[in-house]
Amino acid sequence: MNKTALLEVKNLYLHYITKKGIVRAVDNVSFTINMGETLAIVGESGCGKSSLARALMRLLPKNVYIFKGEVIMNGTNIMELDESEFRKSIRWKKISMVFQSAMDSLNPVIKVGLQVAEPLIYHEKVSKEEALKRAVELLKLVGIPEALADRYPFELSGGMQQRALIAMSLITNPDLVILDEPTSALDIMTQANIMNLLKRLQLELGLSYIFITHDVALSTELADKVGVMYAGQIVELSGADEFFTEPIHPYARMLMASAPTLRGEKKLAFIPGAPPSLINPPSGCRFNPRCPYVTDKCRVEEPPEIEVDSGHYVKCWISY
Amino acid sequence: MENNCLLEVINLKKYFEVKKGFFSKPLYIKAVDGVSFSLKRGETIALVGESGSGKTTLGKTILGIYSPTSGKIIFKGRDLSNLKPNELPLYRRKVQLIQQDPFGSIPYFFPIYRVLEEPLIVNKIGNREERRKLIYDALMSVRLLPVEDFYSKYPHMLSGGQLQRVAIARALVIEPELIVADEPVSMLDASVKVEVLALLRELQEKRKISFIYITHDLSTIKYFSEKIFIMYAGQIVEKADREGLFKNPLHPYTQALLKAIPDIDPNNRKKFREVASGEPPSLINPPSGCRFNPRCPYVTDKCRVEEPPEIEVLLNHSVKCWLYK
Repeated sequence: MNKTALLEVKNLYLHYITKKGIVRAVDNVSFTINMGETLAIVGESGCGKSSLARALMRLLPKNVYIFKGEVIMNGTNIMELDESEFRKSIRWKKISMVFQSAMDSLNPVIKVGLQVAEPLIYHEKVSKEEALKRAVELLKLVGIPEALADRYPFELSGGMQQRALIAMSLITNPDLVILDEPTSALDIMTQANIMNLLKRLQLELGLSYIFITHDVALSTELADKVGVMYAGQIVELSGADEFFTEPIHPYARMLMASAPTLRGEKKLAFIPGAPPSLINPPSGCRFNPRCPYVTDKCRVEEPPEIEVDSGHYVKCWISY
Repeated sequence: MENNCLLEVINLKKYFEVKKGFFSKPLYIKAVDGVSFSLKRGETIALVGESGSGKTTLGKTILGIYSPTSGKIIFKGRDLSNLKPNELPLYRRKVQLIQQDPFGSIPYFFPIYRVLEEPLIVNKIGNREERRKLIYDALMSVRLLPVEDFYSKYPHMLSGGQLQRVAIARALVIEPELIVADEPVSMLDASVKVEVLALLRELQEKRKISFIYITHDLSTIKYFSEKIFIMYAGQIVEKADREGLFKNPLHPYTQALLKAIPDIDPNNRKKFREVASGEPPSLINPPSGCRFNPRCPYVTDKCRVEEPPEIEVLLNHSVKCWLYK
């Protein structure tokens, strides 16, 4: 089956400069997403996954030190676009984003319908009325009744607020939606409902997703491909079926083993130590201080990405 | 008369008044609406429910942060409503709280030793030297090693998991008999959750501390709980021991909750998950009869009209549902 590539990320870097040193938040990341596909980026706090999202949306703070690489969408390297071109044609147009906490991203003094309509008003020459009409359509699509368009965010439940954020991310008909921990603030049943919604929207609208999460089990709900992130790098990139059956990178394996599960007997497993600082990561392989299979080479030389199988890459000397 | 029962809660209710207008009758948020249970020494009960189920309010009422609207809380044979004002601090020493957000619950401007010294100072325990020893012991118990290092660090130097250990150490340092842990691992990464729960379990076993573990995440229960209570709209709808609940969930809400949790299965993306429709009800005006009735796939006419009693279906397994009468 021939899949069309939607987004090709090649050697992406995002480093920030701080008083303590240079934070290497995204440190040579590459992957491809095809149309209608979901790439799950799985990693713990401090691994750089949110910085990756910001890099792709070019929502950068002032203290950027290095921002380079290639991001190819529809044959264009969007990294070469200047800010006004990027804002006009890419951000909130071709690529949009759903943030983790609706409470932090929804403006409390603007009614829900108008907020959802905002990206459309900005990007296309439509009247406010027209945009609001479209916003209401989208709110209905995500399961929010029309009447709530005229309310303020605080009048909606957490689940409803998150749905409103999803509607807002869809109003300009983007090709790719980046979802950064979209359900982590929600209850289990609300989360299940939102995941069902995301699945339905993907099928109905042909969307591609980058789904960022620390919850391995949750990522199985959407992932066609999985990228495990550690200390600013992708240490394993694989198709979902192979990955969830048998991950290869030691960190990926330990992450799977330490995910609390409901079903099946599981011994308590956790990863000793803590994720490294992005300012001064360990030399060689960044996981080496915590890896049960560490060798001398691992401590000295950073492993390359090794293609262990078609489309399956592992950044580890053991797979060599 | 030394029995093993540490805490007994009898038909506890906690309502919050909400005034709508100057002349209208007051409305009540019935956050906890008739909860009864008992807790043994050294036992852990998991209180499971979604937001708005009343679990946090129940925890805070037991801690004495809220006073009950009605019902009784009996701690080691003493009815708390009969405590004299000067006896309340003694109760508070025995019952401690660990909260969800370590970054929010620990003051950032104190070094760690001072954070741990606070409860000792407030409760007038020991002199400087004795307090120092208690703090060292507490840091050892939560395995923040080397202790000398962590003693003088500031909170911003620690990770979320480490800070939560500090919160646990702070609850431990005055040697409580009961700890209410309100979502203690929800904000931690998956790989750290299990480690912290293992620590709590070890503390429970070694020091015979009883725990009320409040959470919405059923998948962590198996690492730290003997008894599980499922809460919905201010009431406990099912009580069972851990094995019994997973093997045989009785209440339709419990079944819905279990179905909503993803496991690691690559086929999950190819299908939709069966989820109970709707949302938990308003606590001001809960549905009449069984509160779950609007969302229950097995609802009958009786469910809409009459609130079901607590029915003991199996040994140590009871449920509040007409299906089992």
